[in-house]
Amino acid sequence: MKETQNKLLSKSKATREDYLGRSICYFCIGLIIALVVCILYFITTRGIATFTQNHVSVWGFLTGQNWNPGGVDSHGKPEVGALPMIVTSFSVTVLAALVATPFALGMAIFMSEIAGSKGTKFLQPVIELLVGIPSVVYGFIGLSVVVPIIRKVFGGTGFGILAGTIVLFVMVLPTITSLSVDSLKAVPMSYRQASLALGANRWQTIYKVILRTAAPGLLTAVIFGMARAFGEALAVQMVIGNAVLMPHGLVSPASTLTSKLTTEVGNTVMGTLPNNALWSLALILLLMSLFFNLVVRFIARKGSIKK
Amino acid sequence: MNPKRVNNIATGVIFALVGIVVAILLFLIGYILFNGVPNISWKFLTTSAQAFSSGGGIRDQLFNSLYLLVLTLILSFPIALGAGIYLAEYAPDNWVTNLIRTTIEVLSSLPSVVVGLFGYLFLVIQLQLSFSILSGAIALTFFNLPLLTRSIEESLNSVSSLQKEAGKSLGLSDWKTITKILLPVALPGILTGVILSAGRVFGEAAALIYTAGQSAPAVNYGNWNFLDPTSFLNPMRPAETLAVHIWKVNTESVTPDAHLISSASSAVLIIVILIFNLGARYLGNHLYKKMTATK
Amino acid sequence: MKTYNFDESYIADVPGEKEITAKDVQVFYGDNHAIFNANLKFLRNKVTSLIGASGSGKSTFLRCLNRMNDRIATVKGEIDYQGTNINSKNVNVYEVRKQIGMVFQRPNPFAKSIRENMTFALKENGIKSKDKLEERIESSLKEAALWDEVKDELDKSALALSGGQQQRLCIARAIAMRPNILLLDEPCSALDPISTLKIEETVVRLKENYTIIIVTHNMGQATRISDYTAFFHLGHVIEYDATKNIFENPSMQATSDYISGDFG
Repeated sequence: MKETQNKLLSKSKATREDYLGRSICYFCIGLIIALVVCILYFITTRGIATFTQNHVSVWGFLTGQNWNPGGVDSHGKPEVGALPMIVTSFSVTVLAALVATPFALGMAIFMSEIAGSKGTKFLQPVIELLVGIPSVVYGFIGLSVVVPIIRKVFGGTGFGILAGTIVLFVMVLPTITSLSVDSLKAVPMSYRQASLALGANRWQTIYKVILRTAAPGLLTAVIFGMARAFGEALAVQMVIGNAVLMPHGLVSPASTLTSKLTTEVGNTVMGTLPNNALWSLALILLLMSLFFNLVVRFIARKGSIKK
Repeated sequence: MNPKRVNNIATGVIFALVGIVVAILLFLIGYILFNGVPNISWKFLTTSAQAFSSGGGIRDQLFNSLYLLVLTLILSFPIALGAGIYLAEYAPDNWVTNLIRTTIEVLSSLPSVVVGLFGYLFLVIQLQLSFSILSGAIALTFFNLPLLTRSIEESLNSVSSLQKEAGKSLGLSDWKTITKILLPVALPGILTGVILSAGRVFGEAAALIYTAGQSAPAVNYGNWNFLDPTSFLNPMRPAETLAVHIWKVNTESVTPDAHLISSASSAVLIIVILIFNLGARYLGNHLYKKMTATK
Repeated sequence: MKTYNFDESYIADVPGEKEITAKDVQVFYGDNHAIFNANLKFLRNKVTSLIGASGSGKSTFLRCLNRMNDRIATVKGEIDYQGTNINSKNVNVYEVRKQIGMVFQRPNPFAKSIRENMTFALKENGIKSKDKLEERIESSLKEAALWDEVKDELDKSALALSGGQQQRLCIARAIAMRPNILLLDEPCSALDPISTLKIEETVVRLKENYTIIIVTHNMGQATRISDYTAFFHLGHVIEYDATKNIFENPSMQATSDYISGDFG
């Protein structure tokens, strides 16, 4: 009895193992958290240097239409107006999402409601493959197919928001589709049966019951697509034209936040205004990414209350 | 309009949309393969790139991509495994865990160019690792960690809780139960996740431009001393990958046969990723069958 | 639903050498109070049944006895085993579980071979000698009445066995650890009648060497195999006595209603 008591009260190999294992896991998760904190900290401190060190006004930065941080304007002040890039980034994002959503919804409805398991079995890997195609390949096809076609049809160089939109449309399509399929499939089978039993036909069931029940999930899917489009760099950079001008139309060269970053970071000197201004662009990207995240969380919370 | 007609029209529209998407897809794959595959030759895969004349190959870029992929997986897998185990098995259900999950989601939704820029700031400049394979691999690790962590967590969660109870009830430590009982069962799912993430890493370029650099200096494939600057294994040398190469020849270079090189490289990239995708599928199924069925 | 007065209960002072004793055990799932002051003592080398309707807390109670509720629920009170309160924080739970084994409702063999199922935990506990392991495999499988069926295919995957065989393998796996107490949580609920019978026979044989506590839905099973029975209702222990008394001459109204099927 004394012996068992001792055994029960003393630590064993298992206790030590568990302690070690736990420590390893805490360390790993700690690393990831430290990493995210570091990213937020570095980009933020760099990004606000434009305003704190170079005394550019935030308002001027967000609404100025001229970008020439290396030179000075007629008042002897550097020009750091990011509005053209902000507008272009938002334009391609919103346009791509607008075009992609009907196609993605059509695909999702087809895969979850119309096609049997055979159709889904074929389309599922196809969608996965589309997600897996690297963005430079999309950019390359945009450059060698989309841009020349636009050039022929609309004249000009072919580079611009339209080309960017088309490339991003194809890129976000699989993202929105696969998330939409998930949310349609999450609608309980009993809803469909109940609707059909009441005499509704297939489209009525889809439109009035399934799409409405899945609405929060579908919205989330579109927002994820927009987040991807907003942050996409190389594919857009290859077809957008990279001219920091206020976009005047869909087919004139423009520049997004990401494309400006990819082309310029290597050409500026750390700590100077031209460089700091670029980090401010990166900060906008970071904040937008956080914003998309927040919206998704908000929808998730709203959606779950309704249930 | 009567409901029946609406139904027919709606169905027609949906079929049309699906048709267009499938057509786009077929065009994409077809374009890459038809333009690219005829240009892939043994010579193309085994000679080095040319800056100003045509006829260059992609030997160094291809090797760099693979080497970077291997280093990235070596760096990210252990961390993701620990983090995945934490989330699946140890994390209590409270606000701290919620915060951790949010943090990981934030990381996974960051644009890769932002991750790359952070890598540039932190690794290349702050830690003075310069444009190097190591910087690139660490940046790709940042980019890869959240997805890999999530797929490991999901694979572990899909293991029946009965297995865990069985281990616990025999007096095994939680750690032993997790590593020796749950992990083997979760292995097919974890492997699938690793291979799929490998595909993403292999095609990533934006995070690499300012970390692994955009140049591929000549290296000696016979030199196995990885500390030697000319060795192909030296992790401190800059390394342009295949994906970065495609971007570069299309935007900045003066190579005369840029289109040919990009289409062939794109085809190589797609084929490798296709192999990863199919491999993940096959290996997942195969291992799953092997684990559950009789020997 | 009939309501009963939970202040009254009948806990017989059963004579014999006690193996494990629960004193004022309470269980909470968050704010949900699942077990109210359970006081039970279990006798050495006897089979005790815990009966009651679904949700009566009998399985929850059973899981307290080898700390399987850790990190799932809050368990208050004392559980006395060999002079130690094993519900206390500083007790080595792995040691507790080694001495108090458990078999679950659904068979849960590891996705490994039969042999590895038997030896995995033994090896972890430092038994390395091949002879000793072989001896342990054979004797445990024999005790669980599975040896004759699997002795020629020990390297086959345990998942290829039938449900009843899997459950007996789980029993064998538990007793290979040479525990003092064996907790069985509705071990037959997922099995067919023939497998059930085999397990019942095994349990009766096992009590020579082990103290057995079994949760069961099946009152026939309780009468067939157990020496003592405790009746749980809505988290309260209503009655505890020799099995014969419980089924033939229950002291509490609730017990009598439950065993006669006039309940709920």
